Amino acid sequence: MSFYRNLSIKQKQIVWAWMFLAIPVLFYGVIRFYPTGNAILISFQNWNLLGARTWAGLENYEKLIADPVFWKVFKNTFIYLLLGTPVSLVISFIIAYHLDKLRFMHGFLRMLYFLPFMTSAVAMAWVWRWFYQDVPIGLFNNFLAGFGIPQFEFLNSTTNALPSVLAPAVWAGLGFQIIIFMAGIRAIPTTYYEAARIDGVGWWTILTQITIPLLRPTIVFIVVFSSIGFLRIFDHVFNMTTNNPGGPLNATKPLVLMIYDTAFNSFDMGYASAQTVVLFMILLIVSLIQLRLLRSK
Amino acid sequence: MKKYIRNLVVAGLTSSVAVLASTSAQAVEIEYWQYYFDARVDAMEQLIEGFEAENPGITVKMTHFPYADYRTKVSAAIPAGEGPDVVQLFYGWLNDYRAANLIQPLPEADFPASAIDEEFFPMVQAMKVDGQYFALPTAVRSLALFYNKRLFDEAGIESPPATLDELVETAKKLAKRDGAGNLTTAGITTGMNAQDHHWWREVLVRQFGGEAYQDDYKTVNYASDAGLAALNFYTSLEKEHGVSAFGFMDEPQAAFKAGRAGMHIDGSFRIGSLNKIRGLKWGVAELPAGPDGTKSNYSSYWVNAITTKAEGEKYDASIKFMKYITSDAAMQTWLDVVGELPAKPSVGLTDQNANNEVFGPFIRGLAYAHTTKFANESAQRQVLMDMVARTDIEGQDAKESLAQAAEAEQKILSEYYAK
Repeated sequence: MSFYRNLSIKQKQIVWAWMFLAIPVLFYGVIRFYPTGNAILISFQNWNLLGARTWAGLENYEKLIADPVFWKVFKNTFIYLLLGTPVSLVISFIIAYHLDKLRFMHGFLRMLYFLPFMTSAVAMAWVWRWFYQDVPIGLFNNFLAGFGIPQFEFLNSTTNALPSVLAPAVWAGLGFQIIIFMAGIRAIPTTYYEAARIDGVGWWTILTQITIPLLRPTIVFIVVFSSIGFLRIFDHVFNMTTNNPGGPLNATKPLVLMIYDTAFNSFDMGYASAQTVVLFMILLIVSLIQLRLLRSK
Repeated sequence: MKKYIRNLVVAGLTSSVAVLASTSAQAVEIEYWQYYFDARVDAMEQLIEGFEAENPGITVKMTHFPYADYRTKVSAAIPAGEGPDVVQLFYGWLNDYRAANLIQPLPEADFPASAIDEEFFPMVQAMKVDGQYFALPTAVRSLALFYNKRLFDEAGIESPPATLDELVETAKKLAKRDGAGNLTTAGITTGMNAQDHHWWREVLVRQFGGEAYQDDYKTVNYASDAGLAALNFYTSLEKEHGVSAFGFMDEPQAAFKAGRAGMHIDGSFRIGSLNKIRGLKWGVAELPAGPDGTKSNYSSYWVNAITTKAEGEKYDASIKFMKYITSDAAMQTWLDVVGELPAKPSVGLTDQNANNEVFGPFIRGLAYAHTTKFANESAQRQVLMDMVARTDIEGQDAKESLAQAAEAEQKILSEYYAK
């Protein structure tokens, strides 16, 4: 106790700060850092959940590089990212931009856009999965068939399946992005717009010279946030393709689904951990690149 | 509570007797683990009650877990000296459990291999390694052809098809299309994702004169004429005869339940959920025979095994318990409560069971059923799904797709058995 009494006020503050911080630090250590470290360790081992772990060295990583499914999945993951992020960014900005100008039923419309974000991804994926079915149960194909148009293979196709799965995922994320964009637009001081109007500048110039540059922090946030989301896409894909997870012919399989399959169907924990480490690296690199590219000058 | 009091009484008695004479029966408690499924837990409770009545001095404690946690829990507990003395596992996991030293062989004295070979349906021999049985089932499952009686009546069909040719003809009469030519009622459901991959592997390939695997399921053998004929027959249902569509109504069983499919191949475990569908009139028939009259079926099952944790008197008690739950009476209880099929002909082929309108076709199928020894069932199923998808979506030649599938599956098997 005398030790504590001899401390300066500043040092006492530090002691107290650490006492309060100890709980989250411990919590994070146990549920975040320990499993992360363990996963990295397991990626160098072979383990089937039963029995002992054996040292494998780089075997799992070599297997990964030689696995054609991994490269297909790697490509899919980036298609989800490169298709999903810009599309959702543009759509959500356009909606937010116009919604911001609208007064009539503003709150109601905003709620409509936000609803899908609150809906369970599992329920939504199943509903869309049924929308996409062939006649006689699929909504879209029944509609097409009603006009005598041939059916469109949404999910049972190697080219159409990925965009079909991505569409509801984009739609589900829109609500959140619109809200963030609207908050960003509202935060821009109106004086800039007044000055622009006095100068007689057109709406296009206002948009590209004032609104978008000043929205940069908002855009950075949304891009990083939605990129991570699309890189980790799982629930929509898994639920829409449970009959043939990530199929057909791996056309929709993202990395997370491959990890799940390797770990809990093949019980190959070492190989699954190696995939997890790769995903972790991808997320890290993509986030760092985006932060650097979009950093304000 | 009653059990608890009885335990106390038994424990009290034995300990007081033990003071007087150290040679006396002890109260032994063994643990039994299975995954959670309502009817299975009910049935096991009944069996435990019967067992305890027959064997005073032994009590059985049952613990059950959700299916998803089962494997992790078992693997963590046994090496730590905790957990079950007798454990339930899927037949396909036997190799993994054996390799991880979680289960021990059943003693030859109490479970002579020759007697088991004779008494059980033949596919149970998949549980025999180097002449020693490691595990035994109480109940088994097999495949059969479900058919929609109402659609059969409408089409004027009197009896379910007995051969593959009849199957195609019957399906043609049942299938319906709308004005635009889209299938609205399937003659027969198809989809490798459901039970069809078993039908193809163990039934169709054999019926076209081949055998899907050799060398105790370690070598893929279906890249042959028989395999090609089986694949062509399967895909012809959609492509040539137009009586089916892969993925019709999302899931084969969904189409059948909705009354949109005339026939559907599925396992005995589907009976329960079909019973719940109101207004669906369905019947069951044995799987159709092949062109040369060959009959075949696929059977899967959950087995019970004694773990390496059981030692001494717990081991002896576990043997008694294993004997009890693989007895004829236990199998009858399991059929009555869970609706799973008896693993022995002596129970299954009684007049009452074998001629049962619903269970009969499944039980009769057991006599000629085969059990695939999977290294990784979901990965091996995926291979067959992809095989059909390549011919369907990408228009790949059937022979090429078959060869590619055989190669992919062989890779899975080789990797697994190399460990």
